[in-house]
Amino acid sequence: MKITADTPPVLSVLDRPNSYIGRAVPRPNLQRLTQGRGQYISDVTLPRMAHVAYLRSPHAHARIVSIATDAAKKAPGVVAVVTGAELAKVMTPWVGVLTHLKGIKSAPQAPIAVDRACWQGEAVCAVVARTRAQAEDACELIDIVYEELPAVTNPETALDPGTPVIHESLGDNLCFERKLDVGEVDKAFANSDAVVEATFVTGRHTGVCTEGRAVVADWNASEQRMTVYHATQAPHMMQNLFAKHLALSESQVRVLTKDVGGSFGIKVHTYADEMATVALSKLLKRPVKFVADRIESFVTDIHARDHRIKAKIGVTKDGVITAFEIDDLTGIGPYSVYPRTSGIEANQVINLTGGPYNCPNYRAQARVVFQNKNVMCQYRAVGHPIAVAVTEGLVELAAAKIGMDPLEIRRRNLFADDGYPAQTASGLKLEQLSHHEALAHLDAMINYAGLRAEQKALRDKGIYRGIGFASFIEVTNPSAAFYGVGGAKITSQDGATVKLDAQGAITIHSGVTEQGQGAEAVLAQCVASSFGVSMDRVRVVTGDTDNTPYGGGTWASRAAGIGGEAAWQAGKALRGNVLAVAGAMLQAKPEDLDIRNSIVVDKTTGAERLGLDELARVAYFRPDTLPPGFQAELMVTRHYVPRAWPFAFTNGIQASYLEVDTDTGFVKLLRHWCVEDCGTIINPQLVNEQIRGGVVQGIGAALFEQCLYDERGQMLNGNMADYLVPMAVEMPDIDCGHVVSPTADSELGAKGAGEAGTAGAPACIMNAINDALRPLNAQPLTDMPFTPGKILRALGKV
Amino acid sequence: MKPAPFAYRKVRSLDEAVALLGETPDARLLAGGQSLMATLNMRLSAPSLLIDINGLSGLDGIAHKNGQGSGFVEIGALARHVQAERSATIAKLAPLIARAMPLVGHPAIRNRGTLGGSIAFADPAAELPACLLALDGEVDAQGPKGKRTIKAGDYFKGLYETALGPQEILTAIRLPAADSNTRIGFAELARRHGDYAIVGLAASARADGKGLKDVRLAYFGVGNTPLRAEKSEAALAHGDVDGAVAALDLDPHDDIQATGAVKKHLAGVLLRRVAAQLMEQRP
Ligand SMILES: Cc1cc2nc3c(=O)[nH]c(=O)nc-3n(C[C@H](O)[C@H](O)[C@H](O)COP(=O)(O)OP(=O)(O)OC[C@H]3O[C@@H](n4cnc5c(N)ncnc54)[C@H](O)[C@@H]3O)c2cc1C
Repeated sequence: MKITADTPPVLSVLDRPNSYIGRAVPRPNLQRLTQGRGQYISDVTLPRMAHVAYLRSPHAHARIVSIATDAAKKAPGVVAVVTGAELAKVMTPWVGVLTHLKGIKSAPQAPIAVDRACWQGEAVCAVVARTRAQAEDACELIDIVYEELPAVTNPETALDPGTPVIHESLGDNLCFERKLDVGEVDKAFANSDAVVEATFVTGRHTGVCTEGRAVVADWNASEQRMTVYHATQAPHMMQNLFAKHLALSESQVRVLTKDVGGSFGIKVHTYADEMATVALSKLLKRPVKFVADRIESFVTDIHARDHRIKAKIGVTKDGVITAFEIDDLTGIGPYSVYPRTSGIEANQVINLTGGPYNCPNYRAQARVVFQNKNVMCQYRAVGHPIAVAVTEGLVELAAAKIGMDPLEIRRRNLFADDGYPAQTASGLKLEQLSHHEALAHLDAMINYAGLRAEQKALRDKGIYRGIGFASFIEVTNPSAAFYGVGGAKITSQDGATVKLDAQGAITIHSGVTEQGQGAEAVLAQCVASSFGVSMDRVRVVTGDTDNTPYGGGTWASRAAGIGGEAAWQAGKALRGNVLAVAGAMLQAKPEDLDIRNSIVVDKTTGAERLGLDELARVAYFRPDTLPPGFQAELMVTRHYVPRAWPFAFTNGIQASYLEVDTDTGFVKLLRHWCVEDCGTIINPQLVNEQIRGGVVQGIGAALFEQCLYDERGQMLNGNMADYLVPMAVEMPDIDCGHVVSPTADSELGAKGAGEAGTAGAPACIMNAINDALRPLNAQPLTDMPFTPGKILRALGKV
Repeated sequence: MKPAPFAYRKVRSLDEAVALLGETPDARLLAGGQSLMATLNMRLSAPSLLIDINGLSGLDGIAHKNGQGSGFVEIGALARHVQAERSATIAKLAPLIARAMPLVGHPAIRNRGTLGGSIAFADPAAELPACLLALDGEVDAQGPKGKRTIKAGDYFKGLYETALGPQEILTAIRLPAADSNTRIGFAELARRHGDYAIVGLAASARADGKGLKDVRLAYFGVGNTPLRAEKSEAALAHGDVDGAVAALDLDPHDDIQATGAVKKHLAGVLLRRVAAQLMEQRP
């Protein structure tokens, strides 16, 4: 089924009389946020609250010889100056490993560096003062003597015997290694008509959130309880980690998220400075606030995607892909990030490469090495943009080599729409995808033939336009297979509690979290639909470990598919309970009744029987009038976890149309399209916004964003002027189309949609640039981001 | 990203400002703050005193003044970028500035930033200093020894370094007013709209029959100051665009956005584009 306009799909099991499923309804938090009444962590002010600023290592690798804090301690407003050694007495260190990533190793990481700083930007001392400005002033008075150590910065040589080992206890600089060899790769290459090899480089970049990382920690000694206001995606995960490393029980820790100003996977990790802030509150017995500023964000927010992949594809002359082979190398900084590890990204590159294609021969190796740069970990669409760039880059290079149209080669290799369930060479289990239908939809949407004709006509005038594609699959709705099986206390299940209040309105408490993506709108839609009230009768509460069901939060595109299903089920269960009350009041059979638009009605005739306000009044204030022995249950909790499939894979295809100025090497993006299949679409506007925002981040990777380091491990462009975040003026119109293949694992059938845009866009842009430059015999560009300089070099102009 | 502590004085007269600059050698003038506040917040500089000149009256005018030829356009130091952008006088009599203005940062920056601040700060990648040089303008300054005028050619001394003395305040810039024979050209390459350019070129010339004379090419983003390309100017005056490109003797350094070689190549591309503008324009 295709959806091209914002209209609800045909009536399905989900279509109840006042269904909001499939409709673009406004988010319940819209007015609050647009009127400036959002509450972000930096808005939180508590009595006796102090502010912490961290002094950060200017060196990529250095021994801390001494720290003189006397002058800082005497500075105006200073409450405390705390070193790593002092804080180590309050909080235990952590090690970012998971048991299902066999052999992964890392060194213990402390909240503040003890003895040794391992990257430029690592916190080496904390100053707590009445204001942030005073804390920063006092930082300047701390005298640290460093002994600079050699910095390991180049992943290519990180494992060489001559390279210093960053953590002696680990023996070498290898964090994680994985190898895979499936089918008969050598034989397949030998029997290919063409083999294409290329080295792809995806630039180290980061997710720049509108709101920086932020935390207010409040240790209440009288209650022996820690309350943490935290801009995080995963409050329950953080509750566990704060408790564990402060030697508290989880019941002694409450995490509240408030509003979160974007996260993109940046805010789902353990950050040393945030852990330190929580430890400082415990130590000082007062609230402490830390808000990362832009400069420290660039050197401490996780980076991602710094990979070099040597890759190879074989094809027959009729375009059948015979084999894929990749060798991935990635440098992840000095520590594997806790608790999700920095091995997952490379692991995903291996899992996902070749993913859309029915090709049984696949060999892969990935090596993840330590280096003295900021840490890398999971950022939106973990591993996908890399795997898609490699796969789709190879596919289009192979198509060009055998003179086949890039859509045609895909048609000949994509998993058949009627061939599911299927399994990729890497072992991913696919429930139901729609590659061919998506491709056909895209073909029509972009008027491919027309676009090619225009491209050709313009080439004759010296105007070089390119059309590039990227098919992709995306991991969503993860089961326990992602982290739980590896021993991390990161839950894959989620829950929703729905409650009928005394005036017949609904409150939802959910374990998933709102990051600005609209999760609360989706939850409200699900409950409003399955219960039977209008959206304005639904309030949503998220982000509070004291008050929401235990849940995983927001990551891996799980909020709608998992949190939405739990909410849907909770709403349905509450409807049952409410109808039981109504049945008792009306002396009717509950199954003959329904709730529509906040009114209990006769199911068949739709005749109004009872308002929810009246029902609630009776249930709460005159329960004595209900039949003896009848107890109204007007609050219900339901949980959901995907069980049938480890992941609900989604699929899609993107296209880019762009123009390369061959004199300047500048790329002008003309248009971008994405056809995506995320199963049931709960809210088409939110899905499209996710796609568009994701595409923009992918465009950032392809053309603009890169964390540049020199060989001494100094970041060279850690500010908003030099690190180029994509901006509106340079962005093309992005058109979205949809195919709907619901997952049968849930009643809702929704899969995730949060990362598809990011997954496919970089490959798409790369392919379009290479398509534009093909008549000029330029070297294929495979080293992201594609700066004017790189394009000019490929054209031989510089 | 909090600035180090500083004292703040809002002055009522230029004399007061000059006197304060004398008393506190590390004091800095505060105009629009669009360059200064960032350096303060990043603690790249920590002056003990900020002298706010925004309250000075009479320094934000944009006027056509009589003088040699068709006269001058005089722009007060405190005129905001947005004023220049919207000024009919500038559109008519200083069209090069009008062309450059929308490319200076973003609207929010142009609402606060001043032309005087931009010329005083002398960022080598900024548009306005190059325009001043291309137009052969001049700046007025006032200091302890009174007022003086500095020609653009003598003004830019080095990286963020100008002929202004430590106690001198830039009060106005003056540009020859355009007439029907004035030709201008402007182009820059920035990866995102509003960014400082990788390379830019501001140019002016006078129509001379079918050719050009008095060609002035001022590059920005390729050196420590805006740079004239004098050999190319001569070639262009002879209508020789290829020769002008070949004669480019810039030697830009690598920076975060581009290598010197890329910048040099782009400078040549811009020269062709700007040459076409200079030659094609008709009143
Ligand atoms: C995000 C961003 C993007 C920008 N992009 C561009 C761009 O693309 N192109 C561009 O040209 N500029 C750009 N700018 C800079 C902007 O144009 C500034 O306004 C300008 O450089 C300085 O003007 P100001 O009035 O803000 O000066 P201030 O920041 O107040 O002062 C700058 C310096 O000049 C001194 N100064 C100011 N006025 C005088 C005076 N009358 N006499 C003597 N000294 C004085 C100050 O003491 C200070 O040292 C950008 C700024 C930002 C924040």
